[in-house]
Amino acid sequence: MSPAGQVRDWLDERFGWDDLVAFIRHKTVPLHRYSYWYYLGGITLFLFTLQVVTGILLLLYYRPTPSDAFGSVQYIMTQVHFGWLIRSIHSWGANLMIFTAFAHMFSVAFFKAYRKPRELTWLSGIILLFLVLGFGFSGYLLPWNTLAFFATTVGTNLIGQVPLAGPWLLTFLRGGADVTGATLGRFFAFHVALLPGLATAFLLTHLLLVQRFGISVPPSLEPAWQAKPPAEREIRFFPNFMLRELMAWYLALGALGTLAALRPWGLGTKADPFASAPAGIRPEWYFMFMFETLKLIPARVGFMTGEALGVLVFGLAAVAWTLLPFLDRGGTGRKRRWAAGAVVFALGYVVGMTLYGYLVMAK
Amino acid sequence: MREDKSNPTQNPERRRFLEVLLGTGIVASLVSFFYPVIRYLIPPPSTDLGSNTVLAATVGELGINAGKIFRFGDHPALLVRMADGNYSAFSAVCTHLGCTVEYRPDLREIWCPCHNGKYDLHGRNISGPPPRPLTEFQVNVQGKDIYVSRTAAT
Amino acid sequence: MEARVDSTQITDAWWRAPAALAGYLFLLALVLGMAAPTTARAQAAKNSCLDCHSQLPPPLQVKPEEYNQSIHAEKGLTCVSCHGGDATKADMTAAMSAAAGFRGHVNRTGIPKLCASCHANATYMRGFDPSLPTDQYSKYLTSVHGHLLAKGDTNVAVCTDCHGVHDVRSPSDPRSSVYPLNVPGTCARCHANAETMKAYKIPTDQYASYTASVHYEDLVKNGDLSAPTCVTCHGAHGATPPGVSSVVNVCSTCHVFQAQLFDKSPHARAFLAAGLPGCVTCHSNHRILQPTDAFLGTGKGSVCVNCHAPGDPGYTAAAQIHSSLTALQASIDRSSAILARAGSSGMEVGPAELELSGARDDLTKARVGVHNFSAPAVEKETQAGMGVAQKTYQAGVAALAERDYRRKGLGISLGVIVLVVVSLWLLIRSIESRNSLEAKK
Repeated sequence: MSPAGQVRDWLDERFGWDDLVAFIRHKTVPLHRYSYWYYLGGITLFLFTLQVVTGILLLLYYRPTPSDAFGSVQYIMTQVHFGWLIRSIHSWGANLMIFTAFAHMFSVAFFKAYRKPRELTWLSGIILLFLVLGFGFSGYLLPWNTLAFFATTVGTNLIGQVPLAGPWLLTFLRGGADVTGATLGRFFAFHVALLPGLATAFLLTHLLLVQRFGISVPPSLEPAWQAKPPAEREIRFFPNFMLRELMAWYLALGALGTLAALRPWGLGTKADPFASAPAGIRPEWYFMFMFETLKLIPARVGFMTGEALGVLVFGLAAVAWTLLPFLDRGGTGRKRRWAAGAVVFALGYVVGMTLYGYLVMAK
Repeated sequence: MREDKSNPTQNPERRRFLEVLLGTGIVASLVSFFYPVIRYLIPPPSTDLGSNTVLAATVGELGINAGKIFRFGDHPALLVRMADGNYSAFSAVCTHLGCTVEYRPDLREIWCPCHNGKYDLHGRNISGPPPRPLTEFQVNVQGKDIYVSRTAAT
Repeated sequence: MEARVDSTQITDAWWRAPAALAGYLFLLALVLGMAAPTTARAQAAKNSCLDCHSQLPPPLQVKPEEYNQSIHAEKGLTCVSCHGGDATKADMTAAMSAAAGFRGHVNRTGIPKLCASCHANATYMRGFDPSLPTDQYSKYLTSVHGHLLAKGDTNVAVCTDCHGVHDVRSPSDPRSSVYPLNVPGTCARCHANAETMKAYKIPTDQYASYTASVHYEDLVKNGDLSAPTCVTCHGAHGATPPGVSSVVNVCSTCHVFQAQLFDKSPHARAFLAAGLPGCVTCHSNHRILQPTDAFLGTGKGSVCVNCHAPGDPGYTAAAQIHSSLTALQASIDRSSAILARAGSSGMEVGPAELELSGARDDLTKARVGVHNFSAPAVEKETQAGMGVAQKTYQAGVAALAERDYRRKGLGISLGVIVLVVVSLWLLIRSIESRNSLEAKK
C-alpha cells in the first residue's frame, strides 16, 4: 500500500474519513437559471478567510496606540516588504466582502430562502452581517487618520442617540466621553478579538445550518425545476460546484491584487484631536445610506431629535428585517407579494440613498 | 474543446493534461501568493515607525555649542547642544515660510537663512519675520543614545 | 438655599454641641463684618453725573456700560478725572460749579493736551503701567495731524478719534479700535473718505490698496497680529508719510536681509539720485503684492523694464536672474510632480520630499538674494538648489521603477490566476461532458 493510502486508512480508522468523502461526494447543489447566486456565500467566506490571514499579518507590525498607530501603518505601507500589498488587500478585501455579504443577503431575500425551515440560517446570517459591519466600523479607525477619527466621532455620536441605552453605549464604545486613545484601544480589541471570536462562532453555526437544511430552490422556479429530468436538476458539490467556486475565488483574488497594486489603499494624515473637523466627512460607503437618511430628517420631529428618530427607525427596520422569516411565512397571493415588495423596497432604498449620497457629495 | 465529444476515447489523456495544467497553475499561484507573505514576515532593517520618538544622535556626536539637523517623521528637526552641555530640540521648520533653520554657534541663536529670522534657545522668535515660536521637542538621553520625542499629546 | 441647609444643620447640632453655637456666632459676625465695607464702597462709587447723563438724550448721554468697560474705569478713573466737577454732590449746580473745577465739554483743540496731562506724565503713569510709553503727546505734535491742529484745523484726528471717547480700551483688547486688526479700518474712517480728504488733496485709495496687499492677508487671513498695519510704517501718534530716503529704513525693520543687500546694490545710489523711493519703486507702497518671479526679467509684469531698455546691462541681468529663478522653480516642480506621482502609487518618498525642501530653501534664499541684483550671485544660489532637485528627481524615477516592479509582479500573478481559472474551466467542461455522456448511456 502506498504511503498516502496508509495515511488515509489511518484517518479512516480514527474518524471515518471514507464516510466524510462519501458524504461530500453525495452533496448536491440545485441547478437552475439563477444557480450562480449560490456562489456569493462561498466568495464571502473566502474573503473572510483572506481577511483573517492578512489581518494576522498586519498584527505583526501594527501598534494600537494613538502615538504609534498611524506611524506603524505608514511603516507597513512604506518600509515592510510587500506591506503595501497586505494592507491594501485587507482594506480592499473588507470592502469587497461587505459588498458580497450584502449581495448574498439580498439574493437570499429575493429567493425567499429564509422561509421554513431555514429561519435560523437567515438569523445567523443577519448576525454575521452586523458583525461584518462592526468589523468595518472598528477597523476604519485603526490607522488613526484624520478622516477616520472624525468619521468615528460622528458615527459613535449617532449610536449615542439610541433611545435609553444611547449614553451608556456611547461611553462603552468610546471608553470615555470622547474619541481618544482609549477608543482606539477598544476598537482594536473589538476588531481583533471580540468580533473574530463571535464571527467564527456564528459562521460555523451558519455553515452547519446550511448543511443541515440544504440549499433552497426559489419558489418561483420550483415548478419548472421539478419538471426537469432528475439528472439536470442538480450538480454535484464536489467537484463540479467546488471547482466553479474555486474559479470565483481566484477571480476575486485577482481583482484584489489588481486593486492593491494599482490603487494602494491611502493613508491620509495623522489624526489630530484638536484640529477642526475637515470638510466632507463621510462614513464608509456601506454606512452611506443611513448617514444620508439622518441628514435628511429635520433637526426636531415632535418630542425627539431628528437623529434619535432616525436611529430609532433604523433600529426598528433592522429588527423587522431580522425577523423577516417570521413575518413572511409563505402562503400565497397578496401576502407573498407583500414580502417581495418589502425586499425590493429595501434594496432600492439602500442603493438609491447610497447613490444619492455620492452624487450629493460629488457636487 | 473541439475534438472531445466526437472522440470520447481521448478524454482520459485530455483530463490528465488538464489536471497537470491545473496542478501547475495552483502551485505557481501559491508561490506567487506566499512569496510576498514570506518577504513580509522578515522585518526591514529600519525600525523607524515614524512615531513620536526618534533617535536623533548619539552622545559625543555633538560638541558643546553645536547643532544638528535630523529627520523627524516627514519634517526636519534641530538638535542643539547648548553651552552648558544640555540638549534641546525643536522643529527645524521656520514658522515664517517653512525654510529649514540652523543653529548659529557665533550668535548662540537659531537662525533661518531665508529671511534672517532668529529664535532664542527656547525656540522663541526674537527677531525678523517669524510669527510664532518653533515647536519644542523633548530630549531624553538613554545610555549613548539621544532620543527626541514630541511632548505627549494624545 | 445653602444658608438654610447650613442653619438647620447648626440648629440640630447646637442641641448636642455648644461649640457649634460658637461657630454660628462667628459666622454671623463674619457676615456682618463683610457687609459693612461693601456698603462703604458702594457709597464711594456713587456717581451723581450718571444720575442725569445716563438719562439725557445724545450728545449729553453717557452709557454707563460703555464707560464701565473702558480701561479708564478699570483703573479707577471717573468722569471727574477728565471733566472736573464734584460727583459726590447730588445737586447739579454744585456738582458742575467752576469752584469744583468743572471743565465740561472739552474742545477738540484741547483734547490732546487734556490726555497728555496724564499720559505725558511719566511719574503719574508709572503708578498704572510702568512700561507704558509717555511720549504720545510729543510725537503727536510732530505728526501731520498735530501740525494741522496747531494751525487751527479741527478736522484732523485727535486722540479720541482713534481711541474712542468714553470707551477707550487697551490696544490689546480685540474690541479696541486700535487693536491691530482694527487699525486699518480706524484710519480708513477718514482716509478712505473722499469728502473728508478733499480739502487736503491726498488720495483715498490707501485702504483699498492695503486690503489687497500681502501684509493685510497676513494680518487678517493668517491672524498674524505682528503683521504691519498703517501705524507700523507711518507711526501711530507721530503719523507722517515716510520720506524717499527713509523708506528703506522703514521696510528694513522687518525685511533686514533684503535691505542689507539692496544697500550694497547699484540700485541704492541710482534710486537716490533719481529720487526714487527705494523698495516702493518696485513693490509699491500700500498695495504690496506677494512678489512673484514675474516681477523680474523682461516679460509681462516685470518691473525691471520700467527703467531698463533692451541692450543695457541691467536688462540682460534681469533676464538672467529671472531665468535662474524660473529654472529652479521648474526643476522643483518637476521633482515634486514625479514624487507625488510615485507617492500616490504607494511608494515611500518621504526622505526625497524632505530633501526637496532643501531646494525650496535655496529658491527662497535666491529670491531674497535678488535684492543684490547680481545675476552671478543669484545663479550660485539656484545652482545649489538645482543639484538637490535633480537628485530628488532621480529618487522619483527610482520610486516609479519600484512601482513598475510591483506591476510586473501583478502581471505575473494575474497570468498564473488566469491559467488556473482557464484550466479549471476546461476541467469542469471535461468532467461535465463525461458526466452527460455517462448519463446518456
